[in-house]
Parts: sequence; C-alpha cells; structure tokens
Amino acid sequence: MNHVFAVRIGPVGFRVGSDWRAPIDTLADLYRDYPAPEDGIPDFSVRLFARRPWRRVLRPQVMIGGDYTIPDAAPLPLSLGLLAAEMGMNLQMALAQRRYLLLHASCIERDGRAILMTGESGAGKSTLAALMMARGWRLMGDEFALVEPETGLIYSFPRLVSLKNQSVGVVGEALRGARFGPWQRDTPKGDIRHLVPDGASIAAMAEPARAAAILFPAYGHAPDRREVAPGECFVRLTQASTNYVALGERGFDTLTRLVRDVPATAIDYPDAATACAMVEEFAA
Amino acid sequence: MPATRYRAAPAATLSIVSLDLMRAVYHRASGRTHLVSEPVPEILAALADEPLDEVALLDRLARDYAIEGDAAALGERLEELVATGLVEQL
Repeated sequence: MNHVFAVRIGPVGFRVGSDWRAPIDTLADLYRDYPAPEDGIPDFSVRLFARRPWRRVLRPQVMIGGDYTIPDAAPLPLSLGLLAAEMGMNLQMALAQRRYLLLHASCIERDGRAILMTGESGAGKSTLAALMMARGWRLMGDEFALVEPETGLIYSFPRLVSLKNQSVGVVGEALRGARFGPWQRDTPKGDIRHLVPDGASIAAMAEPARAAAILFPAYGHAPDRREVAPGECFVRLTQASTNYVALGERGFDTLTRLVRDVPATAIDYPDAATACAMVEEFAA
Repeated sequence: MPATRYRAAPAATLSIVSLDLMRAVYHRASGRTHLVSEPVPEILAALADEPLDEVALLDRLARDYAIEGDAAALGERLEELVATGLVEQL
C-alpha cells in the first residue's frame, strides 16, 4: 500500500492502507488527537484498493479489504474514501473482534455510569450520543459498545461519529466549533458527515465504565417510556450483537449478566430536545 | 411396543439463567442459545434424573410443578425439544 495510517480507538489498534493519498490525509487529520496502536501493533488492518489498476487514476473506485472482507462488496467512488475507511474499520470489528462482546449501540458516560443506547438504524443513537456529549457527557462510542466478558465493564470505542442528513445540522448547532470531516454525499444511507468526538472523550477513551442503563430509543413518537424485561432485552441485544454467536458461552455469560444487572427501558421521543431530557433522567 | 422415552441433555452440557419469566439456555453441545418459558424448564428438570415416557412426564409435571396439560401439547413440545437437541429420544 502506498499510503498508511495507524490509530488506536479505545482498546483497538487499526492500520489503514490505501492506494490513494486523500483518504489517508483525511483520516490523519480527523484522528490527529488519537494515539497510535499500542506497541505499534494494530489489531486489525484495512485496505482501500483500486478495483482495477487503471481505475486508480481514470475513474477512482475504492474497494474495501482487510483481514476480513465481504465478497462482492460494491466499490465506492473515491470521494467517499473516508466512509470506505470507516466502513472497513467497522467491518473488521464486527467480524473479527473476540476480546469483547460487541453491541451495536452508542454509549455515553458521566460519573462512571455508562448509558447504552441501541436500536434500528434511524433510531437516533448516534445523534443522541453526540447531543449528550454537547451536554457534558463523555462519548464512549456511537457504533459499538464493547463489553468485557471477565468484568462486565463497558469499554469505549469513540471512533468518528457518523451523522446522517438533518442530524448533521442539529448536532452542528449544539456543538459550535466541533470538527467535522468532509460531506460524504449520496451514500446508501443518504448524506453523511463524520464528527470528531470532543477532547475529553478522546482523552478518557482507555477508561471503562459500569453500565447503568440500557435504552431502546425510537424516534417519531409521543414521549413515552416502558420498562423492557430482561428476557426481551436479552433477545434484542443478541440481535444487536455482531459477535454473540462467535463468542460461544463467554457471550452467553456476558450478556445474561448484563441484562440481569442493568435495567432496560424503551423510550419514544418526538424530537431531540425531548430525547436528551429523557436520557438525562437516567443519569441519577 | 414400549412407549418412547425421553431424557434431557446432560446437565453438564447446559447453562441455564433465569431472566424474569424466561430462561435463557445455552446448549454447550451445539453452541446455540434458546430462550424458553414454562413448561420447557420444568420438562428439562423432570427429564434430568431419569428417562420418562409421555404419560409419566405428564404425571411428574403435575405432581412437582402443578403444570396441567394434555398429551398432544406435550408431544409437540417434546418434538421441538428433540429437534433442538435439548432432549433426547430413546
């Protein structure tokens, strides 16, 4: 690979190699306050490579590769190189992470209490996490929460926050002066912009926290909250985990402990301000 | 012809965790997780010590767990449990 970038996000080290310089420069800029992989050794490698050699120049198309790949993945135009790199990093985590139980959830923390927010795409978990960061919470991650099987502690994975469409403006209003990556237009999920987590969230990314609440937010409804029983929570979280099956009994023990120890609530919300106020109620 | 008898998968191959009204069952032999509710945990417990046929199992569920049911419904549950590997048909 001609161009290389290495970074540590929470406890995970990545090496991203690319046929092109532009995505690497963007990554290096956005992740400039993050440390390098521990001992210089990455856990996962991602490769962004040209589909055919001549496409590197003529009509750049980015293929995503790495330790693990999805066959027949469609290439992305070079203008979406940052998105390709982020997708590649997520893919390695989703397919290959074995040290932690991975939950597809955003996570925020204050006073040692972590709140996990999970739900379908569009539930608002990334937006909510970013808005709570604007209210002084630590952002532990917008995509994956890492549960350590031995302790049940939640580890941070504060990669760039992937915001879509209108949420970019909403979060930009709440976080004046925050750093964003370039617009990634016309992706399968609409227009995307990546937000750099604040300095406090990056500085504290090695510190785990104890889960205090599990929330299932749903956007577009009148405000409502409903307790989610451990059995239902267990089912929903097995579906929200990318590596539950791969972890075998460790995954089972980790997840049953989490749902028994941590109360879960479904919250419906009509707008971001209401949602933030509802999430704050779980701070105490 | 003697009636078909059933026995539960050996206790050492199961991890069972109570979650409110449900039980999460991890089956070590298959690596699969099952979320079950009454009467499945009771059936597994009743079949843990010795193999029983359907009639004896119905009696045992009524006696030990106050679970009343009919043979047809029990037959369906047993069929499902055999398919998952949690119960063995002898």
